[in-house]
Amino acid sequence: MGLQNRRRFSRTVSYILLITGVAVVTIPFWYMLITSLKPQSYIFEIPPQLWPQEITLDNYANALGKDLFGLYFLNSLIVAICSTAATIVVSSLLAYAFARLKFPGKELLFYIFLLGMMIPPVMLIIPQFIIAKHLKLLDSLLGLLLVYVTMNLSMQTFLLRGFFESIPRDLEDAALIDGATRWTIFWRVIMPLSRPGLAVVAIFTFLYSWDEFPWAHVAIKETTRRTLPIAIAFFQSQHLTEWGQVFAASIVALVPVVIVFVLFQRHFVQGIAATGMKG
Amino acid sequence: MLSMRLRRIRNSHQLATAALFILPGLLLFVTFVIGPLIYSFQISFYDWNIVHPETSEWEGLQNYLGAIQDPVFRRAVVNTLVYTLVTVPGQMVLGLIVAILLNQQIKGRALFRVVYYLPVITSWVIVSLLFEYLFSGQAGLVNYILRDVLHLIDKNIRWLADPILAFVPIHLLGIWKGIGWTAIIFLAGLQVIPEHLYEAAEVDGADPLQRFVHITVPLLRPTIVFLLVVLTIGGLNAYISNLLITNGGDPMDLTHFVLTLMYEATFTRLDFGMGSAISYLLTFFVFAISIFQIRLLRQTTEY
Repeated sequence: MGLQNRRRFSRTVSYILLITGVAVVTIPFWYMLITSLKPQSYIFEIPPQLWPQEITLDNYANALGKDLFGLYFLNSLIVAICSTAATIVVSSLLAYAFARLKFPGKELLFYIFLLGMMIPPVMLIIPQFIIAKHLKLLDSLLGLLLVYVTMNLSMQTFLLRGFFESIPRDLEDAALIDGATRWTIFWRVIMPLSRPGLAVVAIFTFLYSWDEFPWAHVAIKETTRRTLPIAIAFFQSQHLTEWGQVFAASIVALVPVVIVFVLFQRHFVQGIAATGMKG
Repeated sequence: MLSMRLRRIRNSHQLATAALFILPGLLLFVTFVIGPLIYSFQISFYDWNIVHPETSEWEGLQNYLGAIQDPVFRRAVVNTLVYTLVTVPGQMVLGLIVAILLNQQIKGRALFRVVYYLPVITSWVIVSLLFEYLFSGQAGLVNYILRDVLHLIDKNIRWLADPILAFVPIHLLGIWKGIGWTAIIFLAGLQVIPEHLYEAAEVDGADPLQRFVHITVPLLRPTIVFLLVVLTIGGLNAYISNLLITNGGDPMDLTHFVLTLMYEATFTRLDFGMGSAISYLLTFFVFAISIFQIRLLRQTTEY
């Protein structure tokens, strides 16, 4: 009886703590949502209201209509989807080579790629900027894509190599004896079997590309090429008081992230736990 | 017979095939990682001319010495270290608490996990602007709560105009955004601790605190080392929140982080040599700290 009471008590305390935490996490988001629905005249109201007295979609209409956020959304979507697809292809090709093929210098090459996980990405920005300038990749979505794929390469190759190594060799052997090439086996046998691993890669690269700020901030000056994070930051620096529109654009930017996360939550959590990737 | 043929196929060096698999990735990696790494090391010794690189003047260690002697840089180093010293333990302690709470038979675990992870997947840009708004001087929600709800202050605080107080939203954001990730890593570590160890300890009369100190902490050591290293690297590389909340340095260049200063040197003053020197200094420091942390924590595990 005493033990049961103690258990019940500790469970109640757990719930109270967890729900307090939920409040700490969600109140800022809630306030952002509310602010995006307020008319501009209420933005600096005193006292600030956690429940809107008047709801309007003006901020969304302005952000998406007048301020090109529709275009920025499209840019972000193109970059995120293409980077994700390219990362999947390039890193699984590499991972397969490291998992199954024999070639001179394999170990060394693998360690060089691992080095990529230890370099703080921001330290590469200056030379990347100069190189991109020479290759005419500034102000282009392709320039964003190539750098995003590269910055994800080490981690995803490492993850997929482990995944490929866990696939039984028998499946490939049968095909090898029948004379199938490695290339065919890779596409026909390995890739279809690796969907769960590829899903983890896809989620991480999509979120990374969707949220990325430092490189886009440096590489994009042309208004029509902006992605959402730099567009939102730039809009706020130009319209210091129009928080309603800033947060309307932020909510629009947040929706795909939340959808991707909720849909793939299970893969996502497994991926983080297995690899220690930083989302 | 068959197996010999198979072994031959498996073991044959197929350079052409390997090249096909490796080249796309290698090309990208050399162009955007290895090349830049070498290039920026070279740039850091020059007064780099971005328009006519061939006219750049060799300066030796001048960029490095200039950075180290610059009071703004020194202040930025202190700010970055303080940020790391506050946010790393903050994330680890709160992340561990959340992980322990979620590691029980609790209803709605998946939902809690989604909610706690929300700040992690949100772009730094959005959450930085959100915190700037919450901490704004005139009608910010934080000032309102402190003044009218809790009656802790009688005048609005102008957080962002003060070189010390401006770090309150930046530090809180750093912790708030990282708890979810830290908790999931801790949760993965907690889930492999065998339940019977706790049961045995309970039978022996160990109270919850003793069980935590003698079972949970030692068995979580690898997770703790990993988090300490990764979060420290993240803290030292912090940049976006500061750039957006203080415009990197406001007021009076007192609130810079190392990387906001690197950004300003490079892309505002167009001093690419100085920018490269600063990023190399930071990288050396990050490597040194990581190795030190890994060594230190490995030693203490040997009794």
